[in-house]
Amino acid sequence: MNAIEVKGLTKRFGDKLVVNNVSLKVKPGEIVGFLGPNGSGKTTSIRMMCGLLKPDEGNGQVLGYDLIKDRLLIKSQVGYMTQKFSFYEDLTIEENLSFVARLYNLKPVKQHTTATLEKLGLLSRRNQLAGELSGGWKQRLALAACTMHKPKLLLLDEPTAGVDPKARRDFWEEIHRLAADGMTVLVSTHYMDEAERCHRITYISYGELLADGSLHDVIADAGLYTYTLTGPNLERFIPRLQKNKGVQQVAPFGNSLHVTGTDLQALKRALKPLEQHEDIQIEQSETNLEDVFIKFMSDSTDNMQ
Amino acid sequence: MSRVFSLQRLFAMLIKEFIQMRRDRITFAMMLGIPLLQLVLFGYAINNDPRGLPTALVSMANDPYSRAAVTALENSQYFKFTDVNVSPSEARSLLRRGKVTFVVTFPSDFAKQAEAGTPNALIEADATDPAASGAAVASAPAIIEKAVASIKQKNPSLKQDLLKSSTIIHRKYNPEGITQYNIVPGLLGVILQLTLVMMTSIALTRETERGTMENLLAMPASPFEIMCGKVLPYLGVGAVQVAVVLSAGRLLFNIPFEGGLLLLIGAILVFVLTLVLLGYFISTVARTQMQAMQMTFFFFLPSLLLSGFMFPYAGMPEWAQTLGEIFPLTHFLRVVRAILLKGAEWSEVSASVYTLFLFVGLLLMLALKRFKRTLD
Repeated sequence: MNAIEVKGLTKRFGDKLVVNNVSLKVKPGEIVGFLGPNGSGKTTSIRMMCGLLKPDEGNGQVLGYDLIKDRLLIKSQVGYMTQKFSFYEDLTIEENLSFVARLYNLKPVKQHTTATLEKLGLLSRRNQLAGELSGGWKQRLALAACTMHKPKLLLLDEPTAGVDPKARRDFWEEIHRLAADGMTVLVSTHYMDEAERCHRITYISYGELLADGSLHDVIADAGLYTYTLTGPNLERFIPRLQKNKGVQQVAPFGNSLHVTGTDLQALKRALKPLEQHEDIQIEQSETNLEDVFIKFMSDSTDNMQ
Repeated sequence: MSRVFSLQRLFAMLIKEFIQMRRDRITFAMMLGIPLLQLVLFGYAINNDPRGLPTALVSMANDPYSRAAVTALENSQYFKFTDVNVSPSEARSLLRRGKVTFVVTFPSDFAKQAEAGTPNALIEADATDPAASGAAVASAPAIIEKAVASIKQKNPSLKQDLLKSSTIIHRKYNPEGITQYNIVPGLLGVILQLTLVMMTSIALTRETERGTMENLLAMPASPFEIMCGKVLPYLGVGAVQVAVVLSAGRLLFNIPFEGGLLLLIGAILVFVLTLVLLGYFISTVARTQMQAMQMTFFFFLPSLLLSGFMFPYAGMPEWAQTLGEIFPLTHFLRVVRAILLKGAEWSEVSASVYTLFLFVGLLLMLALKRFKRTLD
């Protein structure tokens, strides 16, 4: 049985189609990265999967429960971490955890909260107001709170936005620990380094599923060839390269320029004129996930326009 | 460019404020609605010299003198005979339940008294609200005297000497006309309404605004559990307020406690329940705390004016009285004044208490229906 198996999820807010026909399968114990540009319906899809929103069309099962009929059962076995910190800032860390423990009927409450505080390393700061925590700590508290009831499925909506790299790394270590214990994780993100930490990646854009598979598969399936240019004042070549039909995208990375295209020969022809500049090195390089995503994004139209 | 003031910057600020004002529909509606509401209510509904007060007539006799007196009283516009020829005990009950403000009684030998020159009518007034009955009571003796005299003039065979009429006036429930007796029990209702509705009206909007609603909904709590959890603490707050106001009323203002304490507390409890549910219902409708506050005030203002707290209910035009019925405060004021000042029994206040129960049921249903289990 798949942890998530949904078909044709569609959601409209008024006239606006937010999620269009999204289907998704997630196997138990998998960490799946859920990617897509801003406003592409990631949050709405996740909310539908944890029973917070009712899909207009489509159906499916989460943890074997019907998405429409068994929303309360789904809620009790799924952990959902919202994009914004959504615990009570005017309660202390311990009070927040006790509240969650009581809602999920975890007994004895004291023992569960103390164990969670210990795991978090917040035992000494248990009486501090949650609102006083830094972004990184808030995020750890939120993760601890929404995994307190040992959910079988964890849904994370852009969990590490605004968190420093160290805290992000710690966070991902914790996610992998949880997955090793058998928890299934679906995480939406914009960050490539986060996506690369997932077992599998799913890319949706304005409701459409554009890619699905392991990091390797997604890059290979995109069929992109990339050249890296290094040298001084590379910016001057950008307009010319962008006009060339053999070039799909030009993206500056620090002092280098990634030039990507789907047709290797056409790409080579496009770069030919640059070879006369002696101070510029041109090398074929590995296409990375970001190149692939930028291609997806430029291929699809933003539904805000 | 000036450092302190530049028209350009002021202009930028003004445009932004106007745009935001226009976007916030409810605030905009309030800005126009509240003045309009006040004008209409103060202008048309409120009357400090109330006319057409409901009156019961107990007439033992059917003679031209009492008939003339009744007609004259009605013509004065102060009195409106709503219950005619009732028994004395029925009339007393009507007065206690607050259905009538006056009971006018003509003795069986009123004609004989009139012809002898000493007509004695009896007017019992509900003086719980001294302002409501004052003017009517003051004018009644002269009106009756004049009416009797005019009938006598038509019969020249009678002695036309000076009448020594003595209309007896009983100011019941508050014979000294102490305003506090009327105001303090009313204040209990007003204080409870203001604080409880306001506090509960932000119950859900606060969660929404702080972003905690999404999390709360994602966890397994049912709408009924959330409602009870939000509302019950305020029953406790209400209980403390009731204790404070009642003790202060007793100790500072010497308010009479005529009726049973148990009945009083029971009735207050139902009222408090109505208020917290009303507040909760508002919070299911409002989207922000600001809106919830505005809605509370939009509700609070007319209820203050039309419930009979500030101005005599009986003195308002009929449409305003009908409008007043939709406020729980109106019904509560009837109950609390009847119990505290008139010593009313359960049977005399039950109708109003049942109405409050109706509000409870209605608001409970509406709130649960409005509550969104999802973020849709």
